[in-house]
Amino acid sequence: MDSLNSLLDGFGTALTPVNLLWAALGVLLGTAIGVLPGIGPAMAVALLLPVTYGLDPIAAFIMFAGIYYGAMFGGSTTSILLNTPGESAAVVAAMEGNPMAKSGRGAQALAAAAIGHFAGGIIGTVLLVALAPTVADLAVDIGAPDYFAIMVLAFIAVTSVLGSSRIRGLASLLIGLTIGLVGLDQMTGQQRLTFGSLQLADGIDVVIVAVGLFAIGEALWVAAHLRRSPGEAIPVGRPWLSRGDVRRTWKSWLRGPFIGFPFGAIPAGGAEIPTFLSYVTEKRLSKHKDEWGKGAIEGVAGPESAASASAAGTLVSMLTLGLPTTAVAAVMLAAFQQYGIQPGPLLFEREPELVWGLIASLFVGMVLLLALNLPLAPVWARLLRIPRPYLYAGILFFAMVGAYAVGGEVVDLVTLLVIGLIGFGMRRYGLPILPAVIGVILGPNAEQQLRRALQISDGSVSGLVNTPFAVTVYAVVALLLVWPLLRKLVVRDGAKA
Amino acid sequence: MTTQTDSPSAETAERRSWLREHSELGVCALLLALGVLVLTDALTMDVDIAQRGPVGPRTVPIVVGIGLLVIAALLAVDVLRGGRGQAETGEDIDLSEPADWRTVSLLAGVFLGAAGLIEPLGFPAAGALLFWGAAFALGSRRIDRDPLIAAVLSLVTYAVFNNLLGVPLPGGPLMEAL
Repeated sequence: MDSLNSLLDGFGTALTPVNLLWAALGVLLGTAIGVLPGIGPAMAVALLLPVTYGLDPIAAFIMFAGIYYGAMFGGSTTSILLNTPGESAAVVAAMEGNPMAKSGRGAQALAAAAIGHFAGGIIGTVLLVALAPTVADLAVDIGAPDYFAIMVLAFIAVTSVLGSSRIRGLASLLIGLTIGLVGLDQMTGQQRLTFGSLQLADGIDVVIVAVGLFAIGEALWVAAHLRRSPGEAIPVGRPWLSRGDVRRTWKSWLRGPFIGFPFGAIPAGGAEIPTFLSYVTEKRLSKHKDEWGKGAIEGVAGPESAASASAAGTLVSMLTLGLPTTAVAAVMLAAFQQYGIQPGPLLFEREPELVWGLIASLFVGMVLLLALNLPLAPVWARLLRIPRPYLYAGILFFAMVGAYAVGGEVVDLVTLLVIGLIGFGMRRYGLPILPAVIGVILGPNAEQQLRRALQISDGSVSGLVNTPFAVTVYAVVALLLVWPLLRKLVVRDGAKA
Repeated sequence: MTTQTDSPSAETAERRSWLREHSELGVCALLLALGVLVLTDALTMDVDIAQRGPVGPRTVPIVVGIGLLVIAALLAVDVLRGGRGQAETGEDIDLSEPADWRTVSLLAGVFLGAAGLIEPLGFPAAGALLFWGAAFALGSRRIDRDPLIAAVLSLVTYAVFNNLLGVPLPGGPLMEAL
């Protein structure tokens, strides 16, 4: 058991007092920011990126892991107590959680969610420990054509699996790729889209793009349509569960992760699909069918556990292949790049201390999350009453801090605002944000791998498909592309018969 | 401007509502412009000296540029056929009201103003003005509380980033005086 030993070493890293402190700080900040209405996990991680600039990479990623899980948990608190979920993954939590809170069982709903997150996170991370080294081993020999294939898969998956319109997804991806082109060409030093400007020759920093699209874009979009009377949060006491509740929910907590984890690992939209699948599963298996829609506790426990496990699944593909499957993973990948670390199969060999410290801190973070959130729930609930002008002014404020901290340049702030306005327009016209972010982050990398692969094959296109791995990935891509057509054919045949 | 028809005002109104209905075509126009820009930049590149390997720095921009043109066309077709992008919803978003452009432009203005003030005034002052200005634009009118919160938030953030986290921010004349 090689990975078990590595994990023990990882605990050695994660349990030093300083790193423990960063984990706790990450969990607290993540939950607080995740609870705030209008801030999802992706914006939380993007806004908190600058906090880690001065830290060493290990401390930074330990903190990030805490922020990620904390923000996901915080989001479900908002859904349960406010019933206006901001992120799609938290929609399901509101379906049963909010009726529970309305009928005075908010404390139980929060407890079911918190323990669900804990169970899902622990099981998901165990699966991560078991699977990630194997995936990394399998992928360790992959070369430029394979990397390029994976990135093509990421591009196609984010545009065609997510969202309702492929055209709009592709438009968003192309906007991202264009932003990624700005600057000096990495292989030749050729200036592209710089228009002679020295500032643009450095390229547009990924952090500025992420903060602009997620934070500024969102703040401006909300400002344009600010609800005059924000929803009233339901006050809640300390979460607890009766023995009867536990008897009803323990199976849901255990089932959730096995739905959530696989969906997190593939580029299929993170927690959105598995939380819904878990909801449907729990509803079918429930002995209390009459309670559904009025506040069935299993409907909170299962999906929350699935959501948390999907976050662990996301980390498998992010760490072993460098393939971000959700917006948060995309921002974390950007953070890795800030430190000059390239996630991928070699990460486990090159940075064992970082990877295993990060994985161990996930376990630590889970325990901290449970220990902090049960007693602190009433405090979090109070955060929901923050006056909206302060909330969105605060988002703009921290966006400015983050973008300025990147390089201490005022020009970056102008770029930030322009990208924020692009994000505003994208929200108005239903262009999804994630493909653009993936395009900016993976675009330059994909181009480099493409050119490297073609250099090796001396320009022959066959150089892109000369490994079984690449061929397999392209087969998946082809399947994703023709799937809607196939489905149409199947439906038409069914209608004829 | 004046068209010789029976009811010019009705026609302009109709045209205006058609334009509002199809404002998404503006997105197509922007994508088209972006595509032309990327292609022009790629084709005017002087690559003879820089080229190394079979694929030069031009190839990917050309692919992206063509992609933008194709997508602009496809999106236009989709919009004209009645397809609409769904505006994003959220916790504090009320889509039943028309967009409040005044607030958005005020916020953008406050942000730009604060950005310009960072270097002369220092981060604490510029940050406080950004927060106060943004809160004001968003409808907060507590003259007693807003500036105080803004000042405390900005000073604490400055101290935490500059002194604790090792991320330097300009203090400006205010910090020098203190």
